[in-house]
Amino acid sequence: MNILVIIKMAPDLVEELSIDASGTALDTQWLRLLPNEFDEFALEQAILLKERVGANVTVVAPQADGIEDALFTAAAKGADHLIELTGEPENLNNHALARAIAALIPALQPTLVLTGVQAHNDLDGQSGALLAGLLDWPYVGYVSGVQIVERKAHVRKEYPGGLLAEIEVDLPAVLGIQASDEPPRYVAFSKVRQAMQSATIEKRDIGVLNCSGGTVISRMFQPEAKGHAKMLTGDTQEVVARLVEILQTSGAV
Amino acid sequence: MRYEQVKSVIVLLALLIAFGLFGWRIYRDVWRNLRRGQPSFPLRDWGKRLQGLLVYVFAQARLFRFLPPGVAHFFIFWGFLILSLTILQAILEGLTAFAKEGFTLPGLGTFGPLALLQDWFAIFVMLAVFYALYVRLLVHPQRYQGSHKAQGVMVLLFILTIMLSLLTMNAARINLGGDILAPWRLISSAVARLFSGLSSSAQWRIAEISYWIHLGVVLIFLVELPGGKHFHVITSAFAVFLRNLEARGRLPPLQQVNGIAGVQAVEHLRWRQMLDLYTCTECGRCQEVCPAYNSGLPLSPKLLMMRLRDHLKERGRASDHPNSNAQTILTKKLVGEALQESEIWNCTTCYACDQECPLFIEHVAPIVDIRRNLVMEGRLDAELQKALDHLGRYGNSFGQSPRMRAKWSQGLPPIVDIRRQPAEYLWFVGDYASYSATLTEITRKTATLFQHVGLEFGILYDAEQNAGNDVRRAGEEGLFEMLMQKNLATLERCQYGKVITTDPHTFNTLKNEYPDDWRTQHEVLHVASLLDDWLATGKLRLSRRLDYAVTYHDPCYLGRYNGLYDAPRRVIAATGCKLIEMPRHAERAYCCGAGGGRIWMQEGQVSERPSEARIREAAALKGVEALVVACPKDVTMYFDAVKTTGYESKLRVLDLIELVHEAL
Amino acid sequence: MSANILVVAEHLHGQVLDITYVMLAGARRLAKATGGKVIALLLSENVQALSQNFNADIVRSYNHPAFEDFSNDAYLHVLEGEVKEEQPRVVLFGHTTIGMDLASVLSARLDLPLVSQVQRFEALNFISQICGGKILAEGALPEPTALVTMTPGGYKTEEGQGQNPPIETKQAAGVEKKRARLVRFIEPPISDVDISKEAVLVSVGRGLQNQEDLAMVERLAHALHGAVSASRPLVDKGWLPTSRLVGKSGKAVRPKLYLALGISGAPEHVEAITNSEIILAVNTDPNAPIFDFAQYGVEMDLTELLPALLEKLEQEKVS
Repeated sequence: MNILVIIKMAPDLVEELSIDASGTALDTQWLRLLPNEFDEFALEQAILLKERVGANVTVVAPQADGIEDALFTAAAKGADHLIELTGEPENLNNHALARAIAALIPALQPTLVLTGVQAHNDLDGQSGALLAGLLDWPYVGYVSGVQIVERKAHVRKEYPGGLLAEIEVDLPAVLGIQASDEPPRYVAFSKVRQAMQSATIEKRDIGVLNCSGGTVISRMFQPEAKGHAKMLTGDTQEVVARLVEILQTSGAV
Repeated sequence: MRYEQVKSVIVLLALLIAFGLFGWRIYRDVWRNLRRGQPSFPLRDWGKRLQGLLVYVFAQARLFRFLPPGVAHFFIFWGFLILSLTILQAILEGLTAFAKEGFTLPGLGTFGPLALLQDWFAIFVMLAVFYALYVRLLVHPQRYQGSHKAQGVMVLLFILTIMLSLLTMNAARINLGGDILAPWRLISSAVARLFSGLSSSAQWRIAEISYWIHLGVVLIFLVELPGGKHFHVITSAFAVFLRNLEARGRLPPLQQVNGIAGVQAVEHLRWRQMLDLYTCTECGRCQEVCPAYNSGLPLSPKLLMMRLRDHLKERGRASDHPNSNAQTILTKKLVGEALQESEIWNCTTCYACDQECPLFIEHVAPIVDIRRNLVMEGRLDAELQKALDHLGRYGNSFGQSPRMRAKWSQGLPPIVDIRRQPAEYLWFVGDYASYSATLTEITRKTATLFQHVGLEFGILYDAEQNAGNDVRRAGEEGLFEMLMQKNLATLERCQYGKVITTDPHTFNTLKNEYPDDWRTQHEVLHVASLLDDWLATGKLRLSRRLDYAVTYHDPCYLGRYNGLYDAPRRVIAATGCKLIEMPRHAERAYCCGAGGGRIWMQEGQVSERPSEARIREAAALKGVEALVVACPKDVTMYFDAVKTTGYESKLRVLDLIELVHEAL
Repeated sequence: MSANILVVAEHLHGQVLDITYVMLAGARRLAKATGGKVIALLLSENVQALSQNFNADIVRSYNHPAFEDFSNDAYLHVLEGEVKEEQPRVVLFGHTTIGMDLASVLSARLDLPLVSQVQRFEALNFISQICGGKILAEGALPEPTALVTMTPGGYKTEEGQGQNPPIETKQAAGVEKKRARLVRFIEPPISDVDISKEAVLVSVGRGLQNQEDLAMVERLAHALHGAVSASRPLVDKGWLPTSRLVGKSGKAVRPKLYLALGISGAPEHVEAITNSEIILAVNTDPNAPIFDFAQYGVEMDLTELLPALLEKLEQEKVS
């Protein structure tokens, strides 16, 4: 079985974000990119499947700052084949990414495509679902666990309200992963370093991007100055006194 | 055949069999296994080693830390040495019996004072054995929990028998009138009087029977030795002589065996660590001081050594004799089967066990070696995993932005950015002092104090990364190296002289583990030494005299690891505070439970947290108002513990810096 | 292209999900701008009961047992035909575990543009809330038909309620073919508390660093006669069971008092608490989005605040 995992980088929300001079994009000066956390779950799920039923895992990622580290980390975890999509990553949106990956499908012949159910900076849908639409493959998102049973995937999908359902999916299929059966494994730093020596990243030029289906941002901004909430200030005792007052008036105490 | 001829033949045969078995058991269970071990640290400093042999083996210096058992052991040990000549005498006497009766060692055999000494020591040894039997059978202290009790008692009875048979043999010979040293043997003569009325043939029989018992038990003991904890009588001299003389705060480098990092199987241990396993006497001193054991977690340094030893032996035999049974032993996992995974992770690396062991057995280093492999295999708890991820990504365990590292300094007079402007002192602030909300005020006071004395200092701002002390001890060697390299790359671009820090963990790794050429160029100082120095030279003058009583907690990485016990105490004295010591202080200070990466891990099912035990220990001191600490991690640990134990209103937790501030 | 706005209503187990009303509220504003109608598309067996108070001009229903439980193949089959035929100006989906399974696939199949994480509209501009709520992105709704996934928080659910629109029933054909089939629902473990029914919730998130501190949170909940709930990170850690999860994949709650302790306020969480009467947030980060939704805020570390608060409350109780 061939499993294709799509990972991409997303801004790290630990860093304070700011808008650049154009007013339509994030300022990249302090921007730190991290692999989208849901994509990490997708990768883990792929490796778990490889360990359980045997699979050849290919990880594909569009070029970005830090993507090579992310790919080598994937190799250290057990991915067999690494592909970096090169071209004009600046304008890459999810539609263009999905099209670029759809073009790889005939060559890679995956039975299962796994990717994060979403990224926090998605503006034009989700690459996994878009890919499924382009390929006309079945798609299930918000998946938290995958098993292969008699050439079909049995997945756990989350519905609103925390309701879980078991769904049987015909293969080939695309799954949007929200969590893996087990949390992503730790990979020691020296293992990543070893992977850097032993693994190779295949670079594929995606050529001219077709970004249609995406959106154009005319303005990017931070939410209004804070203060929707009335901030309670002062030392701990003062704050606590005010809090108790509020709790009392709310009828909780 | 005459009896004397028979005697010579039997003694010869017995010797051949006993020494043969002894040698064979050593070869099979010890030598072959040690040969499987990995290369160890280089051996040098022979003078220091010889000195160690005298102090720790012959003078038994570390044993007296537990005084009564230490004294008892001292007499048994010296009795063993002094009386070994009587054994030699017995052997040679037996071997030469066919030729002539009454062989004596040339010179020594007719030396009266030696006979006197031997006689007395026989009594001392017996008294010590009675005391030991009393401790083992009646007191049964907790430190013996899990030790081989029957084996211990058996050996004590062996020794008792050897002593008694020696005395009755000598006594009977005195009665027979053949002992020219009889006047020197006061004890034996006293025993002789008990049965002086018997006929001379009866006396002869008593002498010969005692002789056989004496020699027989000695030889049985010899054969038994390599099988258990009493093998230390052979190995301890080697273990002490060949002990690790590296700085305590420097862990051995990561080793790779056939591409496997760290210790995955017992034969990945260094041969020297294996020798430690054979040297363990199961005395349990390590267990008694272990914070993990005392908080009810499944780790006892003693049992760890014993399990490793058992596993080393069974695995050694299985690989020498591969049969069907051997396969199950060879597939047994070191961690998960021979040892529990939690044992390995519960260690706080506080060094109390290593410090306490009379024979310098190392526990922390092999634990870290095993952790190194577990980390490679991805076998670590989720919390630790998260902390390591954060450390790799942001250079701090808090998972906060490097840009927030110096947020604590906002509003203070500007602090030099040492990357842009040279300064004499580089203050390596450390994660907890930088990011922990509990510590912000203390860190600000530290800066204010530095500014107050006019110290020319700067900090690295967002470029500082965790120094890596506990990352390394958690077993993530690769991450430790990366953090170190990042720090060194930043430091290379800065101009500074000495390095100061308030964090003993940071202090330890910078001082002991960063590259030699960096360490020789830059002295690393803990703030306690700096304060001590300023107070001594008058650079810092305190105007207020505090007049309350405090106690002081020695941070493991300041005290045990780096020997800094006096400087913080002098600083406390300078503030006017009266220092009342806790029962466990200085070398014996009890760990707060945070070290070795434990602060990042899930705590497990503890019966009493080390930090809470420590707070109770401090609170039990009459009149003590504050617990003074000199480590940011201690501040956070004890701040919590003083609340959870309910001593918040009775005991203040104060950083040394705060105390000095109060006295300014 | 018509000026109409199509809303793909979401429901599960015979109940309309709140996001549907949020979408209807948004659709109403868009319809004002385009001059078109709001058409609620309801794929269900039980249309009458579900659509009673939709604030829509028309409810267009497709009745088929295949819709009993959400199936994206069945939904997509209908949606494809509907969008092609109706050619609405905008199609609204929930940015939810249902809507997200539909919108992107449809965008790819029909080659129509798609905008995600839209919180509100200004005329025919969308405002999307991205990066965990920290950034807003504005742009014109693309043409000809913009597919949109909407997050809650921009509009009150009441705005999407109120009418009893006429129902137009259409025949669903060819929806039996499902490549992803529901095998069974996995019932969540029965929990002692149903957080959706509690009047006071003490909710904790990533800001709670040590598991031991949960004890203090329990004590606080006890003192306030409420229950403890949590945001995703703590449930992922296993500190609290899924039954206590507040958020998109957990439960939506509507207590009188919601204490958000160390919760930053990611959209997935906020969407589930908007119906709380009073939200009181404690966070060390003054820029945490949760403060935009809370009536009261405290910028403080939990380990500092909780013991003091507990002490005070316990004093009050004594006096």
